[in-house]
Amino acid sequence: MKAIAFITVVLCGSLIMFGTFEFPDWGDPQSPASRHLSPYFIEQSLADTAVPNIVTAVLADYRGFDTMFETTVIFAAGLACFFLLRTFTKKTRNERLYRHSSTGIIINIKKGGKRPDDSSKFERIDSLWTPYDLIIKTTCRLIIPSIQLFALYVIAHGHHSPGGGFQGGVILGASIILLAISNDLRSTLRRMSEKASAIMAAAGVLIYVGTGILCLLLGAAFLDYEALAPLLQSSRIMARSHGILIVEMGVGLAVMAVMIWLYYNISSAGKHDEGL
Amino acid sequence: MNDLITLIASKYNYWAFIILMMLGLYAMIVKKNLVKKIIGMNIFQTSIILFYISVGAKEQATIPIIEHSHGTEAHPIQAINYINPLPHVLMLTAIVVSVATLGVALALAIRVYRQYGTLEENEIQSQINQL
Amino acid sequence: MNQQFPALIIIVPLIVALVITIVGWLNKKWCFPLALIGLGTPLLISVGLLLEVLKKQVITYHLGGWRPPMGIEYRIDHLSGLVLVVIFSVALLNLIASREKVLAEFPEKAGAFYGLSLLFVAGLAGITITGDAFNLYVLLEITALSGYALIGMGDKHAPLAGLHYLIMGTIGASFYLLGVGFLYLMTGTLNMVELSQMLPALYSSRVVIFAFFFCLIGLFIKMAMFPVHGWLPNAYSYMPTAASGLIAALTTKVMIYVMIRISLLVFTPSFVFVNTLLNSALVWLAVIAIVTGSILALAQKSLTRMLTFIIIAEVGYMVGGFWLGNRDGITGSVLHIVNDAAMTLCLFLAVGSIRFRLQSDRLSDLSGIFRTMPFTMIAFVVGGLSIIGVPPTCGFFSKWYLIKGGLAAGSYEFVAALIFSSLINIILFFRVIEIGYFNPQTEGRNDDHTTPANGGINEAPLGMVVTSLISATSLIVLGIYTNVLVGKVIQFVL
Repeated sequence: MKAIAFITVVLCGSLIMFGTFEFPDWGDPQSPASRHLSPYFIEQSLADTAVPNIVTAVLADYRGFDTMFETTVIFAAGLACFFLLRTFTKKTRNERLYRHSSTGIIINIKKGGKRPDDSSKFERIDSLWTPYDLIIKTTCRLIIPSIQLFALYVIAHGHHSPGGGFQGGVILGASIILLAISNDLRSTLRRMSEKASAIMAAAGVLIYVGTGILCLLLGAAFLDYEALAPLLQSSRIMARSHGILIVEMGVGLAVMAVMIWLYYNISSAGKHDEGL
Repeated sequence: MNDLITLIASKYNYWAFIILMMLGLYAMIVKKNLVKKIIGMNIFQTSIILFYISVGAKEQATIPIIEHSHGTEAHPIQAINYINPLPHVLMLTAIVVSVATLGVALALAIRVYRQYGTLEENEIQSQINQL
Repeated sequence: MNQQFPALIIIVPLIVALVITIVGWLNKKWCFPLALIGLGTPLLISVGLLLEVLKKQVITYHLGGWRPPMGIEYRIDHLSGLVLVVIFSVALLNLIASREKVLAEFPEKAGAFYGLSLLFVAGLAGITITGDAFNLYVLLEITALSGYALIGMGDKHAPLAGLHYLIMGTIGASFYLLGVGFLYLMTGTLNMVELSQMLPALYSSRVVIFAFFFCLIGLFIKMAMFPVHGWLPNAYSYMPTAASGLIAALTTKVMIYVMIRISLLVFTPSFVFVNTLLNSALVWLAVIAIVTGSILALAQKSLTRMLTFIIIAEVGYMVGGFWLGNRDGITGSVLHIVNDAAMTLCLFLAVGSIRFRLQSDRLSDLSGIFRTMPFTMIAFVVGGLSIIGVPPTCGFFSKWYLIKGGLAAGSYEFVAALIFSSLINIILFFRVIEIGYFNPQTEGRNDDHTTPANGGINEAPLGMVVTSLISATSLIVLGIYTNVLVGKVIQFVL
């Protein structure tokens, strides 16, 4: 079986390599891909949209419909993981570990025993127990706001530097996941419940689609940001730049919420009980 | 011999991505662990993403972000100075799609594990045949 | 508003899917009515679009206000308009029938189910009317992702079947993406109309031939054509009954539509049909698909699995019909897309009702079912007659065109395969009718906790019965109006 697969793969690979002899050279400025459509984008996008970052301009304006569906794909992935994994029945575990905050003693309560209330003296820790580390908890507590600030910068400066909605959204999501890894899943769920992240994910995509529908209602084609010029009190070209910013914010919100939602469902296998 | 070297120098990036693609395909066909198959699928998709990006490269051109003072008559924007932005845009979408597929694949793998207790194909097959 | 229809037809299911997700967390009762609006409105819009296309030949819509190739273009012509109406009517019928099944199988996730089905349908509709090759890939993936999740939620071996389908489907989509990448490398554009104008100069290039093969192989994987069909029987047998009518009836047909679209629009017929070796090789492949599908269907003991192998044979009909290359063959193939979607919907709805009531679909458990579920079985019989190809059901007419095309092209093996599979379908369906009608009812059925109040009739809920009967009547109606369909719509495809 391995031999057949190896021979097939080598044959396929050599066949495709045989086809590459007619490809344009690597980095050729006169290749068809560099001559036909992209000169328009490079030379005209600043004049059309007032956004220096050409990639963001093409992503959110010229090919904005693709990006809307891309955001829908990531939303569908979050929804699919919820649909597949989430179980709402609560099965009690065989043992639970509690830590007394002032002394640091760990107590282990088996099934059926009396559990301490969720008071400030006893905090529940995960069964896959790693030793309590004050340094990690405090460092993450200090770093997470800076990470979030940087993420907001990445989203907002997508016009002038590499960045944009997807990149910033992932960094925002990563900050909450860092909170969940350094503390435990339950405390993060208390701060940012699953319901909130699901609704934020749908809201993010709705911001994108809503902007498009607003343009539709104002008489232009779908996702034609120039129609927003009277609403935003700006010139038609600046309206495109602002429209791109609005949809990037929607994308950032949706991506952040889906990253968190995905992490909640996959790390706890749907039970939302004890994460990684 | 000179011809051969020019040929290799101008096309070796495509060959590297084809080799990567075939590695991913081989992993998907041959490996028995479900997670290794999923990783093979991810390698396959990543090689296609890298292929597209290499299509957009241009010699001695900079990234497609126009600097602050360009765009006037003193610094006209010329297409030859910037790399092709379109493949980057397309591959942003493709990366997001591959991450989404990876997420759903892992969720399905967790369900498989919950049902059969193992992630090896041959053990799962023997469990199915016994039923 | 009329000009905005092409955008609205995709946006409405998308928005309703998002709203259902939010509402599902708050109050579950509103999910079903919202889903009805989300599928009923686009159905009306799609009928309106088809009528407009009959007047104007082609409708184009520039998204974002940018002319193609700078922006993305949506293009509706006769073929897309027809397939669009088929998609939304099948989806709406399945939605009405799935209400009780959703409440029985996963009640607390109803919002997520309706959301995913609406995203699936929105993706399919987008695939049908897009005019941009890369946009097609993104929509393929969104359709596929929702499909994987819906399939993976079934019982028994569904997660494993879903994972295999996921891996195969991703390989298929990646091959398609690679094909589009080759085309972009050689031309620099992604718009389908522009590609068809720029490619004729490059037809002799090896790269374009490779691009065509990659796109074709990717689509063959996604439509379960013969060598790469392994994922279909398992995935479709174990999927939840609430989604089976939707996914089984639509996925493979829309992939065949994409194959026709790419062959006729992007790589024009002068490139695709010029190599007779390729044509006959693909027709032979289709013949093998038909024969294997039919023979393997004979060996199955479960009704749903039997139907999945019949689907594999039907895919062979459509692919073979198209690659015959003559007018009748392509007409038959397009007509069969419409007919097969309707037939598969009818059969899977009937089997879904059977599984809902009896909790099983093994052939041995079906004794005497004509007495307990008469209306469902009427729908099943009509669907079976259509698959066999009995007039006046629609299946007869599409087979007629396919046979005419096969004779005209001289592919006698294709005609022989069609007749052979019709004979095997007769055996398959009459076996079910024999078990259901003539065998006495098994004793164990009488001590159900749901005592039949109607002299022994234990039918499925009203919604399911009504939709089964509607889809069965549509088969006959489609058959009677075939002339209208072919004359007014399909004729202009070529």
